[in-house]
Parts: sequence; structure tokens; C-alpha cells
Amino acid sequence: MDPLLEVKDLEIVLELKERSVYAVNSVSFDVRQGETIGLVGESGSGKSMTCRSILNLLPGTKSKTVKGSVQFEGRDLLTLPKQEWQQVRGKQIGMILQDPTSSLDPVYRVGDQIVDTLRTHQKMSKKEAWERAIKLLQQVGIPSPEKRVSQYPHELSGGMRQRVMIALAISCNPKLLLADEPTTALDVTVQDQVLRLLKQLQRELGMGILLVTHNLGIVAEMCDRVVVLYAGKVMEIASVEQLFAAPKNMYTKGLIRSVPQLDSTGRLEGIPGSLPRMNQPLAGCPFRERCSLATEECADAEKTRLQEVSPGHWSACVHHERMCGF
Amino acid sequence: MDIGRLQYAVKHIVSLVPVLLGISIITFFMIRLIPGDPAQILLGPRANPETVQRVTERMGLDQPLLNQYLIYMQNLFQGNMGDSIIIQQPVLTLIGERLDVTLFLVIYTTILSVLISVPIAMWSAVRKDSLLDNGFRAASITGLSMPSFWIGILLMLLLSIKVKLFPVSGYGNTFTEHLRHLFLPALTISFSLTPVLIRPLRTKIITILSAEFVEAARARGIKESQVMIKHVLRNAVLGTVTILGVNVGWLLGGSVIVETVFSVPGLGQLLISSILTRDYPVIQGLVLVFAALVIVVNLLTDILYTILDPRVKLE
Repeated sequence: MDPLLEVKDLEIVLELKERSVYAVNSVSFDVRQGETIGLVGESGSGKSMTCRSILNLLPGTKSKTVKGSVQFEGRDLLTLPKQEWQQVRGKQIGMILQDPTSSLDPVYRVGDQIVDTLRTHQKMSKKEAWERAIKLLQQVGIPSPEKRVSQYPHELSGGMRQRVMIALAISCNPKLLLADEPTTALDVTVQDQVLRLLKQLQRELGMGILLVTHNLGIVAEMCDRVVVLYAGKVMEIASVEQLFAAPKNMYTKGLIRSVPQLDSTGRLEGIPGSLPRMNQPLAGCPFRERCSLATEECADAEKTRLQEVSPGHWSACVHHERMCGF
Repeated sequence: MDIGRLQYAVKHIVSLVPVLLGISIITFFMIRLIPGDPAQILLGPRANPETVQRVTERMGLDQPLLNQYLIYMQNLFQGNMGDSIIIQQPVLTLIGERLDVTLFLVIYTTILSVLISVPIAMWSAVRKDSLLDNGFRAASITGLSMPSFWIGILLMLLLSIKVKLFPVSGYGNTFTEHLRHLFLPALTISFSLTPVLIRPLRTKIITILSAEFVEAARARGIKESQVMIKHVLRNAVLGTVTILGVNVGWLLGGSVIVETVFSVPGLGQLLISSILTRDYPVIQGLVLVFAALVIVVNLLTDILYTILDPRVKLE
């Protein structure tokens, strides 16, 4: 089956005043229909930027270069002319942002914002759109939607607002949903409800989901496959089972180890060191300075290329064979 | 208008009374501190002292100050601001005849300034730190630092004498004539009002441009023009409304000078001439009217704000 979304050799360089930042380095992965892909990494790993570049939403004020391709349904989104963006954004690809308190316009009623979105993409009377807005709110599990639809965002709780954001994102039945840390700003109990809602909607609508997160717990619960990013480079791509059973990259291993476990008695392990400065093009493995297995080969760009180590399991680590379990 | 807003309005209109009382006390005694005797000015420098004395007595200006104030207040509470010493007409009539002119000028200036500021602020914000943005900033400072009487005279020279586009002075009789006659005065005041509006509006737009709800709207495929007007501008305007409200007092002050430069028969011109002739009752009446206007406009701003921003509730 053809993938729904195929990101290939994506490179993003931000030109700041004094220096360039190589934020995303030759990132490739795909999302298939009805599948949930987790895009995992720590802050600054380029995961949000990758996600935003799919909808061409990178901040416009900084000058930047974007290379590579993002194929969606046979079209390269990166070279799409401006007018055609409207058809993709919101209609075929929906997006949920991190903070539901600031992603709704405070001066419009919830219903108005849904109606606007619906009427941008579909021929609909205001009244029809309003009815549909109520249905959508119902679909995302908001109680008494007839009342909520004419309330302002500040009158709703955080979880409720994120549900509204989800309603907005799925209003035109998109094929792909980009969720950029959709639950980070929410209470743990609400997090769970929102994730379950996403799963349920995915089953109903058959959409692919690209879930950006730094939370491996969410990945384990939600995703089919995982893309691990570090310093703007893909370190590993694997199914959730493969990843948690036998990670083939030291960075992934470190990530999994640094998740607190309820039954463990030992100290929580972190990863020593911090992200490298990303002010020059990447050569070799960006993790080698923090890695216990590092050798000279790790600085070799060719050898640290992403390679298939077992069916469906890709790793960028030279020493993937030296890793077996924990 | 809902009950909350009505209550708020009533409460604030009631609180207007002590404020106006205070202002009446201050103006009453302050103008009497200014050297110059109304009777003397009325009669001219060569009048003989007995006549001056007689006129002073007739106007009640020989009485103790406190008595004068009490008589003034007694009349004021009966809706009588007294008669002008010089023009010999009731102050209320004088003000009533000119109030609409000044209000026209103030509203005209406000609309003109908003029409100029909004596009410039938008442009500067979107093209932040571009040549144009810096150009507008320099122009703003220049506009702000030039005295309005000078700008007025320059505009008059340029647009009504060199190029005969607008009348030199006056008010005209019909609405369209008012628009034509008051264009230059309004533009003159706008020169110093627009910079005050553009700067905060530009900053606000820049902040809102990076707000998540703007990104979210774009991600939903909302047209860029719609995003700019419905989301960015609509939210940026909130703070600007307050700035406009606060500046109305200052706008009235500006109109005083500009009305004089362009011979516009409004309250400002009346104020200048009454100060020059020490026409105490007219000055007192005008200051009260100006103060009331400022307070009422601020009240309206507060109410408008609650309509524009659903998060704000009046207490």
C-alpha cells in the first residue's frame, strides 16, 4: 500500500542573526493510512519543526531553507503553490497544537470558529454549518453541545478546549491528523481521555495520525510505529513492539531507560550531557559525544546512515549489532 | 445592552458629579489667579476707574470669592452657567452652538487617524524591521515632534493655497461641506495622534502574529486575508481602543489650537477667546463641558471594550 504521507530527505536550516541552525537533517519517514506514527525526541530535536513543515507553517519571520520533499497523495507539499495550500490545510490534513488555552481565538464563540473552518472548505449555509458544529462537538464528547457551541473559549476547561481543537481538526474529515504534543498541557486524567478520543476518532474516520511527543508512555499506548529523532536526525524507526523490546540505537535505549518505572527500586537513569550545538551541517552520529559505545566510525556520515537492521526496523547506529536487549 | 453594562454606566455617571464639582472649584479659583480684570478688558485701557468700578459691581466681581462661588454653584445646579461677560449671552447657548462643531472635528479626527494607523501598523508589523517599517517609525517620530499649529499652517499653505484642494478655514453648512472644511484640521491633529496609535498597535500585531490561535487558523486553511483581519487585527484592536479613549482628552486639547489656526467656530476657539478676555463664566462652563466629555468618552470606551472582548466583565 502506498503511504499516505512520505517525508523524504527533509532538511531545514534556520538563518539566525549570528549563526545558522541545522534544525532538521535529512529526515525521512512515512505515514500509512489509518496508522499512528509517533515522532519522538527531546526538546530541540526538530520534531515540532518537522511536523510544522508538512503544513508549511514554519515561522515566516526567520529566513530559512527547506530541502527535500513531503509527498502527500502524489503531490509534493513543499513546492505547492500558495492557492493550493488552502485545499490541503484543514481539509485533507488537520492539526492539533500543544496548548489548547491559546490555540482558540478568545474573541469568537467556539461555534463561530468551527463554522468558519467548515465554510472555508465546503459549500454550506451558516445554519447548516452551525448544526454541523454541534454534531462535531458531540462527536468529540463534549456534553450539552447546543450550549457549548455558543460559548467563548474562556468559558471552557482545558480538556474541553482541546476537544474543540480536535473537533476543528476533524471537521472536514481529513486523511491525516498532525498532533503536536496534544496532551502536554493537560492534566494526566484528561490526557488519557483525549488520547482515547483520538484513537476512537481514528477508527471512525480511518485517518493516519502523526503524533509528536516526548512521552514514551503515550507512544507505547497510542502508536503503531515510532520515529526517534535526535538533533534533527532520525536515529531509529521501528514498530512499537520492536522498539521497546530491542532498541537498536543507544539514544533510544537511553530514552527508554530514563522513563520512571513504578516497580524499579534503583535510581532513575538520565542521559549524561546535552544536545550538541547545531550550528553546522551534521557529520556522523550526533549522539556520539554522549554515547558509551562511540568509536571513530561514528563520525562517518556514510556508516551512520539509516539502514534496515531487521524487517521494518531501521537504525542509524553503526553498533546496532552490539545491542541486544537491556 | 445588558443589565451589568447599564448598572456600570449609571454608577459612573453618578460618580461624575463629585469629579465635576472638584473641577469647578479648581477652575473657578485658578482663573481668578490670572492677572487681568474682566471689567478693565471689557471697557478698554482708557476707561476711567469709576466706570470700571461700576461694571465690576454689576458683574458681582466685587464680592468675596466664596460668595461668588456659592452664587455660581447655586445657578449651576439650576442648569444655568451664567452669562458671558463679553458677548452678553447665556454660556449654555454659546457652548450649545459650538459643541457639534468640535464633536464633529473630534470624531472625524478619530476616524481619520484609525484609517491611517491600521494599515500602516499592519504593514510595519508584517514587514518588521524592513526599510518601510523603519521609515514609518522615523515618520512617526517626526509627526509626533512637530507642533500641530505649525503642521496646520504647512498643510494650509500646501493643500489650500498652493494647490486649492481644501478651504482655508470655516465649517461650511452641509455635511459634505463639513467634511471638506474640517479635513485639514482633522489631518493636522491626526499627525500627532496616529504615531501614538501605530506604535502599540504594531507591537500588538507582532505579538498576535506568533500566537498559537493564528497558527491554528492557518493550519485550518483559513485564507490569509481572513486570518489577518478576523483574528490578528480583531485581537490587536482591543488595546488600541483603550489608548484611543485615553487620548480623547488630549484630542480635545489639540482641537483648541487647531480650531484657532483654521478659524473653525468650535469650542476651542471659544475657549481661547474667552481666556484672552477673562470671560470667567464661559471659561468655567467650557472646562466643565470638556471634563464631562472626557469622562463620558472613557465610560463609553469601557463599555465598548466589554463588547469587543468577551473575557472582560464590568464590575
